[in-house]
Amino acid sequence: MSLRSPLSRARGLGSAKSGVHHFWVQRLTALALIPLTLWFVFSVARLAGGSYEATYLWVHYPPFAVTLVLFLAIAFWHAALGVQTVIEDYVGHEGWKLTMLVAVKFGLAILGVACIFAVLKVALS
Amino acid sequence: MVQLTLPKNSTIDKKAGKKFAAPAGAKNVRSFKIYRYDPDTGANPRIDTYDLDMDACGPMVLDALIKIKNEIDPTLTFRRSCREGICGSCAMNIDGTNTLACTKGCEEVKGDVKIYPLPHMPVVKDLVPDLTHFYAQLASVEPWLKTDSPAPTRERLQSEEDRAKLDGLYECILCACCSTSCPSYWWNGDRYLGPAVLLQAYRWIADSRDEATGDRLDALEDPFKLYRCHTIMNCTKTCPKGLNPAEAIAKTKRLLVERQG
Repeated sequence: MSLRSPLSRARGLGSAKSGVHHFWVQRLTALALIPLTLWFVFSVARLAGGSYEATYLWVHYPPFAVTLVLFLAIAFWHAALGVQTVIEDYVGHEGWKLTMLVAVKFGLAILGVACIFAVLKVALS
Repeated sequence: MVQLTLPKNSTIDKKAGKKFAAPAGAKNVRSFKIYRYDPDTGANPRIDTYDLDMDACGPMVLDALIKIKNEIDPTLTFRRSCREGICGSCAMNIDGTNTLACTKGCEEVKGDVKIYPLPHMPVVKDLVPDLTHFYAQLASVEPWLKTDSPAPTRERLQSEEDRAKLDGLYECILCACCSTSCPSYWWNGDRYLGPAVLLQAYRWIADSRDEATGDRLDALEDPFKLYRCHTIMNCTKTCPKGLNPAEAIAKTKRLLVERQG
């Protein structure tokens, strides 16, 4: 049983004086993903059932390669911010929360870099 | 931490509910199913059913509760005071929505009238939730005018336009309907301030006479105190006074972005 006063409990550790950046970047990346995702889905739909060469040439074409890298970087960034929000919402245990946040950030960073590397490899070959 | 199932001692014992029949000869009968919990007995909560003769009962849900307490079961416990929607005491969950029993008409509810305490708060007894933390959170945002300028010899002036900015904010009666309807407040209420308190915080941020706007924004700039709000609008939907806490929170977030650059 805690004998702390209700006000002390409500104030807790005080304000972190952060959160605006996370909020703002989450919205900016969401905005950027609207055209990028539409373009990606539309392009993949067009390529579906097509030949390996057609897909290779699509990724190889510099403007598309740049857009693809942008799409991947922003999508993984947005995903990291979003999953962080979900974990903070639903995981209350500090140890678990920290572990999951670190795992998700590392995992998405590795996946994102691997995806971008794959695009660059095709684009620059 | 999210708790999707109730602890064992909080689940409703469906067999324990008592039934109180309407008086013989009653023609206009309605059933009120009310959550009952008494910490002194050690028993689990139960749902009691009271059949009322609506021809001998006032129109509001609070009228029915008072009739039950006066005439049928004096052990039924609930808060009430003004009976006109200005004190916020009789906030409870009626027919699945948080609202004030005194302004909710029985006729607005179809079928049985189900009444529970405000969701996800510790229950003191029956329909009385423990709002200690909610009130402490309100105190933590220091909801009073703060100035550094010397006190004027007359009232502090405010233009009509600036005064209009407080409309939709000052009317909040702190009934806690909105905060207790918010899943973020359910899961993280220990740290998240919740819509009611954030609306009060914005009420002072928006006040042209206040000189502590920056400090107030500093105190709110926190992933948990403010940013657990994901704008799902339960607060605005349930507010029995027709206010819009979600908009006040969105405006606070906008000011925080605005002062960045």
